[in-house]
Amino acid sequence: MHVFGAGGGTSSYREAEDADLLVFWGSNAREAHPIFFHHALKAIHKGAKVYAVDPRRAKTAEWADAWLGLDVGTDVALAYGIGREIIHAGLVNEAFVANATTGFEEYIAACEPWTLEVTSRETGVPADLIRQLAHDYAKAERAQICWTLGITEHHNGTDNVRSLCNLALLTGHVGRWGSGLVPLRGQNNVQGGGDMGAIPKNLPGFQDVGNADHRAKFERLWNVTMPPKYGMTLSEMMHAMDEGHLTNLYIIGENPVQSDADSNAVGKRLENLDHVVVQDIFLTKTASYADVVLPSTAAWCESEGTFTNSERRVQLVRKALEPPGSAKDDIEIMRLIAERLGRGWPEQTAEQIWDELRAVSPRHHGMSYRLLAERGGLQWPFPDENGPESPFLHGRLWEKDPEKRGQLAPFGTPKHSLPVDKLDDEFPLRLTTGRRLTDYNTGVQSGGFNSPIRFGACVDLSPEDMARLDVNEGEWVRISSRRGSVLAPVRREPGLRPGLLFMACNFPDEVDVNALTIEANDPISGTAEFKATAVKVEKTNEVPTWERNVFTKLGREKQELAPAE
Amino acid sequence: MNAPYPVTPVQQVTIKIDGEDVSVPEGSTILTACNAAGKDTPTLCYGDTLTPKNACRVCMVELKGSRVLVPSCSRKVSPGMEVMTDTERVRHSRRLVLELLGSSVDLSTTPRIPEWMQRYDADPDRYGERSGESLTRDIHEPGEHHAGNGYVAATMSQPDKIDNDLYVRDYSKCILCYKCVDACGTQWQNSFAIQIAGRGFDSQISTEYAAELPDSACVFCGNCVEVCPTGALSFKSEYDMRAAGTWDESQQTETTTVCTYCGVGCNLNLHVQDNKIVKVTSPHDHSIGHGNLCIKGRFGFVHVHSRSKEGSDS
Repeated sequence: MHVFGAGGGTSSYREAEDADLLVFWGSNAREAHPIFFHHALKAIHKGAKVYAVDPRRAKTAEWADAWLGLDVGTDVALAYGIGREIIHAGLVNEAFVANATTGFEEYIAACEPWTLEVTSRETGVPADLIRQLAHDYAKAERAQICWTLGITEHHNGTDNVRSLCNLALLTGHVGRWGSGLVPLRGQNNVQGGGDMGAIPKNLPGFQDVGNADHRAKFERLWNVTMPPKYGMTLSEMMHAMDEGHLTNLYIIGENPVQSDADSNAVGKRLENLDHVVVQDIFLTKTASYADVVLPSTAAWCESEGTFTNSERRVQLVRKALEPPGSAKDDIEIMRLIAERLGRGWPEQTAEQIWDELRAVSPRHHGMSYRLLAERGGLQWPFPDENGPESPFLHGRLWEKDPEKRGQLAPFGTPKHSLPVDKLDDEFPLRLTTGRRLTDYNTGVQSGGFNSPIRFGACVDLSPEDMARLDVNEGEWVRISSRRGSVLAPVRREPGLRPGLLFMACNFPDEVDVNALTIEANDPISGTAEFKATAVKVEKTNEVPTWERNVFTKLGREKQELAPAE
Repeated sequence: MNAPYPVTPVQQVTIKIDGEDVSVPEGSTILTACNAAGKDTPTLCYGDTLTPKNACRVCMVELKGSRVLVPSCSRKVSPGMEVMTDTERVRHSRRLVLELLGSSVDLSTTPRIPEWMQRYDADPDRYGERSGESLTRDIHEPGEHHAGNGYVAATMSQPDKIDNDLYVRDYSKCILCYKCVDACGTQWQNSFAIQIAGRGFDSQISTEYAAELPDSACVFCGNCVEVCPTGALSFKSEYDMRAAGTWDESQQTETTTVCTYCGVGCNLNLHVQDNKIVKVTSPHDHSIGHGNLCIKGRFGFVHVHSRSKEGSDS
């Protein structure tokens, strides 16, 4: 957003099919975004090259020409190394850099220390692979960098994203069909929530709460005076709870007691509040801390509305089911709360509310429900009902006329900074967390169906670490960090390098992974460093108190692995 | 300014179908032209999201100047073509295909079969009594083929394969159209969990070494079930309801909405009966998924029904 002035993926999924090079950086799209990966597979079958940049050699890497297994938290360094190689090899897109960017000199200076050797030493990636990626990316006609939470769930997640943007600016891989920066969103409506103003600084349509003109538009519409004050990010709220400024909390559709880093601390904070309201489709663990629980409808099948996906496509969500019992639509709950607060909001349909949004958000102005239904969704910006769609963003940067080119895109010079949770003699191993194909977030939804390919809760260890710890697959170990400790059975994972552990975050009832993770937040996005925890692992005879969902596929895996061993 | 995104100008091509002119975009198939002309053409192995396999031969039409009948689902139109869709040759060919399939495969859940059988005077029973269930169809002996005795019609009949809670394989209903294989392979899913095993009438869709699905490369996306034309592959929810006699499509609604499991935004068609989701399909003409989903989108709906009447957790 900082670079281009709009917080959204630059490209359409369809463009991936025409790319010559796809870099999956901190993204295991094959498992986490399987249908996006279908588009990538089309490109692969047409001959596109694929690079996987990931501490783990995960499923996506199986489709890659090369895997760059970097040490957790060295993304900024690796990007500098690639940038420097592109510069020194004379592969910079000079015309694009000159016409469309600012800050190039500073960027060159920041790259300069990162020779292939230095970068290789810092990141753990062989120098020839760094060089190869740099050359292939710079020389490709159309190249995309796709990323996910492997980039953003760090204390410097915004810097990581900035580093990837730098590479696109350096090579002109943005603002053209097939070239772009593709953040694959983890949840159905992350993009839409942000677009609608569920960001502390924003009003709907990326309009600034601090901008008097923007505020005035909404004040006229709603006939109110709005405080010109930014809200708090989740991490700022956590801090405010610690300080005692924040005493009441209204949580809608989130399970922070299980999904947030350092879960024990989150639970304690909620206990200390004066009043907690939780609105959810389930009585989640977070709801057990609530004074009031508001049962709501399942948005995706029991109510009307829109979701916006990772290619900025606004799509209609339709009601297929009558909700159970007293569960109410989110819109209706809001209206009833407003009523209790003495505000007589009218009863409105989802479409009426959408039309209200269209009136104040130029990017959505042309998106009537009729067109959204007819076209299978529309990508923003779509200001005019008769206008063209926008499959990719920032084409303006290629305009010859400086006026049309508009604001230039600045290079950034982020600092390389290792994970906050340092490795030392006591906690020598690096734990990273993520999602598996068959599971989702805290498992509240995905736990409902009986998946034949669900591993259940476990800790993945490299064969080398298993040998060093003298543990076999299925044996229990105790994993401890500076904040907490959990028990989990071991699963052998040859895709991990020695010293790196992986745990899925989807079974918090059995193994509360976030008892281990650190609440080290990115100062801009507020996202915590889920991907980098310092831990130790000990063999144990302790017997856990739970059995459900534990590594059910273990026996089968052993048989499969046996001949190879 | 913007690099051009691939838009190729499309010209119209005019051909004659049963004596009448029909215009379709160049690159279209004869089947598309037949549909445009209102000619109802039976198809089984044709899939709107798949490359034509030419396996079932039920859509054959007569093409002037061609020695043999041509498959309308794959033959592209060219200017001046003259196509006949209802000559005795075409009718005879379609009748034969329907009779051979009908005598060997259970077509009871294949849409429109009774209508086509009647239209083409097909009589699958004339091949005699059908052979019973075989327990050895998954066992292949190289070089061995046991010819029938000539008194019973050889069939695909075999026990249903129920080895997981998500979908069932009833290969008694399989016409070997390859659609599932292609959906699982390079055309969409690229999981390569299934292929044809065996030769000739012993051919069978199978996992590697006929392993049960949970032990195979299957990732349970259900994209094979999505394209199966005969019900040989069916969602467990549908299979169970059919077995219980409660499956009633006349009582079902179909609503298109958006999946909640990640940020890609795949479209779901929720099939609902008695306020319960009974199966999930995906619109074939949507640019995101083209009818494909992953395991969570396809099967992850169960949680909405696990809430008690009070709207809270059970």
